[in-house]
Amino acid sequence: MISANLTTVAYIAATILFILSLGGLSNPETSRRGNWFGIIGMTIAVLATVFGSRGTQTGEVSILASHGLVYVVAAMAIGGTIGLIAAKVVKMTQMPELVAIMHSLVGLAACTIGFASFIDTTPLDVPAKDLVASETIHLIEIYVGILIGAVTFSGSVIAFGKLSGKIGGKPVILPGRHLLNLIGLLVVIYYGYVFVAAGGLHGQAPTAAVLLPLIIMTVLALLFGIHMVMAIGGADMPVVVSMLNSYSGWAAAATGFMLSNDLLIVVGALVGSSGAILSYIMCRAMNRKFLAVISGGFGTGGGTAVKKPDGEPQGEVTPISAADTAALLKESKNVIIVPGYGMAVAQAQHSVFEITKLLREKGVNVRFGIHPVAGRMPGHMNVLLAEAKVPYDIVLEMEEINEDFPETDVAMVIGANDIVNPAAQEDPTSPIAGMPVLEVWKAKTSIMMKRSMASGYAGVDNPLFYKENNRMLFGDAKKMLDEVLANLKA
Amino acid sequence: MPQTIGIPKETFAGEKRVATAPEVVEKLIKLGFSVTVESGAGEGASFFDEAFTNAGAKVAASAAEIWSTSDIIFKVREPEMSEVALMKAGQTLISFIWPAQNPDLMKALAERKVTVLAMDCVPRLLSRAQKMDALTSMAGIGGYRAVIEAANAFGRYFNGQITAAGKIPPAKVFIAGAGVAGLAAIGTAAGLGAIVRANDTRAEVADQVKSLGGEFVKVDYEEEGSGGGGYAKVMSEGFQKAQREMYAQQAKDVDIIITTALIPGKPAPRLITAEMVASMKPGSVIVDMAAERGGNCELTEADKAVVKHGVTIIGYTDLASRLAKQSSTLYATNLFRLTEELCKAKDGQIVVNMEDDAIRGFTVIKDGEITWPPPPLKLPAPPAPKAAAVVAKPEEKKSSGIGQAIAVLLGAGLFALIGAFAPTAFIGHFTVFVLAIFVGYMVVWNVTPALHTPLMSVTNAISSIITIGALLQVAPPHAEGRLDDLILGIAVAGIALTSINTFGGFAVTRRMLLMFQK
Repeated sequence: MISANLTTVAYIAATILFILSLGGLSNPETSRRGNWFGIIGMTIAVLATVFGSRGTQTGEVSILASHGLVYVVAAMAIGGTIGLIAAKVVKMTQMPELVAIMHSLVGLAACTIGFASFIDTTPLDVPAKDLVASETIHLIEIYVGILIGAVTFSGSVIAFGKLSGKIGGKPVILPGRHLLNLIGLLVVIYYGYVFVAAGGLHGQAPTAAVLLPLIIMTVLALLFGIHMVMAIGGADMPVVVSMLNSYSGWAAAATGFMLSNDLLIVVGALVGSSGAILSYIMCRAMNRKFLAVISGGFGTGGGTAVKKPDGEPQGEVTPISAADTAALLKESKNVIIVPGYGMAVAQAQHSVFEITKLLREKGVNVRFGIHPVAGRMPGHMNVLLAEAKVPYDIVLEMEEINEDFPETDVAMVIGANDIVNPAAQEDPTSPIAGMPVLEVWKAKTSIMMKRSMASGYAGVDNPLFYKENNRMLFGDAKKMLDEVLANLKA
Repeated sequence: MPQTIGIPKETFAGEKRVATAPEVVEKLIKLGFSVTVESGAGEGASFFDEAFTNAGAKVAASAAEIWSTSDIIFKVREPEMSEVALMKAGQTLISFIWPAQNPDLMKALAERKVTVLAMDCVPRLLSRAQKMDALTSMAGIGGYRAVIEAANAFGRYFNGQITAAGKIPPAKVFIAGAGVAGLAAIGTAAGLGAIVRANDTRAEVADQVKSLGGEFVKVDYEEEGSGGGGYAKVMSEGFQKAQREMYAQQAKDVDIIITTALIPGKPAPRLITAEMVASMKPGSVIVDMAAERGGNCELTEADKAVVKHGVTIIGYTDLASRLAKQSSTLYATNLFRLTEELCKAKDGQIVVNMEDDAIRGFTVIKDGEITWPPPPLKLPAPPAPKAAAVVAKPEEKKSSGIGQAIAVLLGAGLFALIGAFAPTAFIGHFTVFVLAIFVGYMVVWNVTPALHTPLMSVTNAISSIITIGALLQVAPPHAEGRLDDLILGIAVAGIALTSINTFGGFAVTRRMLLMFQK
């Protein structure tokens, strides 16, 4: 049994550990330590809650005293086992899906806690003079907590479906969707008012008049989450994933307010703001406004299909064989590899590493250029390359490597398209105009590995294909890279 | 009926180039054309009749046969009047023409009712026309050859060496004009190991000079010398004086000067005076690539190498022809790319589409009508978006300004409301909340992008701190009418859900981080 004050102090320690954990993640050297801080912080927080007690006006209460321990241990054992197994079997290429589905769990938990808190008739732990205001605020907190939780839950489930390919990646756009969202928002606000007005003081059993608005709002929030993520195209997925990450944090913070628990508030705010910053970074990387991404649909602003400008890319593409690619790589001094989602789909990261290793042994300076939104979640490519044991000091960010392309002999693009599209710089009418891109066309030769001539997620034709110094290596990334590897070894 | 492309032997004295190469013949045939080459046309470039026959071309015995049977004629040099006389109405001629310098030729060609495409008029600013730009490919070869000629006439090594027999200083090469030819010369000379300096009136080429291993020598005078279209313009008197001083200084110091300065439609600028030549070290070399247009050096004699004041002055005007095989191959490829543009259907028929900017640019006579000079090229995109952006900007700014103002007002209003009505306990939580947001902002901002995925999975694991909420609900203070069992059930479900996250999130983060290695 730990005293209430000791519990609070333990919470402070946990909070500091969580902050250190996020800070530790800022670079690879300290990142493992950062993860341990997180684990220790979580352990302290849970232990302090389970074995601690908290002071209320009616005296100290604790889980141990109410014989809840056995349930807690059982629930944690079940959940923990599922979690550990999932973490073990998940393939690195499936990371985005795993993260998305985990966000949905936090959202769902926020909903269950919100509902449980709502039907809980325990009097609020505040002085009598503040009781009325506190009741109102408490009801708002419950309402908002469930709202955010439900949006996070359904949005994450849809994101999971899209990322795992169970739902098509193309944006689904309902007619008048902005109007629909606006009406939904107004209805939610209206029922919020009804809910707060009808909700009585604690001590009364919940009635249908109070429960109904809450349930209507929950359904609307679930629909809103589905609608929001359905309307977002596959290329914007990194933004969505980090946005949902942020939402799960806000859900935790709202729960903290609901239960008057500072630890939850602090950690929720930390996670919420970190997710928001990540979303912002992703949006900046695509040169798009956050609202534009959230309101969904690429190129829907003007309502026109992709316009073919006068300087429409034309001319022929020059194909190249795997054998010629190998010969070209062998003769090069500087090679930059630009991976994209196609590499993840084809599971080609190990072949990429083998080629890298072989070339580096031959004295070729091979480096990787990673676009901030390559793949389907922030940092997706880095994780895949790390899995394949590519040393992280040759994996560089776009800003670091972009000016090196003119001195590069071969720039190899593996399953990426929009992030190397010169139209972003050259064609102001292009839907992706102004998006920072990797300037592979400045290399002496660029090789584009692609399955077909299809355009990328943004649906924009890529003039790179037709550049004179560009070669196309058609085929499945893994198969072609293995052929290149075989030729390199020969 | 596929059209026939005819390639006659060049008639200009000493011209060794030919307008096609065997490997290009194959590609032309693939486009649907039939190709006839005059016997011996490629000998100067070491392409023999047999190679052309093997590539699928017919070989004609005489030039007259070519001119009378072909629909399209490929040539290098502009045709002589005797050749023009052989042309018939409806034929198409593709070669260098220089319409500004050859008004008589233009008139004669127009009278024959033919179509003439001038390789020297390819609009080089259009990026898709660059593959047809023969001036560039020829100038590059000329620059290379100029260095080789200089090396041939120069009595020393280019690169510095320290040998048992003594120390050899590297040759110093000065290159006037850093256009295509100048840049090729810089690269070649630097490759041979010389110390290379270069100057150009266009300041923006300084980086290109450096990238090829040269040192850019500035004229000590402020004036921008870009005359549009990537060419230079005539400079002011003050600039020219400063430039002369700089050249005089360089002439005393360097061993080799290669001049490439040309201004479109004007005689070549006089850069090197007789005095400067006299001030050079004996044994030095000057290669004047502008000899055909009067020369950059006062003492240059076109088509000759002369020795004056102990300095060899080379004024060859056929530098590209001296590398005939290379220049023929590149020129033939330029012609092939141009033919591709004319024959998009790949059916062996050319279409001179005057709506196409590039084709309009180099078509100097269309069916007997002189269409030179072309209307000024509508430059692609760059200027237009600027104007659009200027128009669009104020509007955008306004709206976002209002948006920001509204956001600030809303925020201020919310804070005021909370301050006015919320109870003390809530204010405490709210303070913690706002501060925590800022801490999160400060901490996360520095995260390296490579770790974004682990960061997300760790924050995901941490956000399962929400489990504390469920734990608290397991044991609240008891109260009347509380649905204990229901709440306990919901709370336990919540704990199970969040435990998946806690354990799974940390485990998978650990798995990922273990993979990051140097």
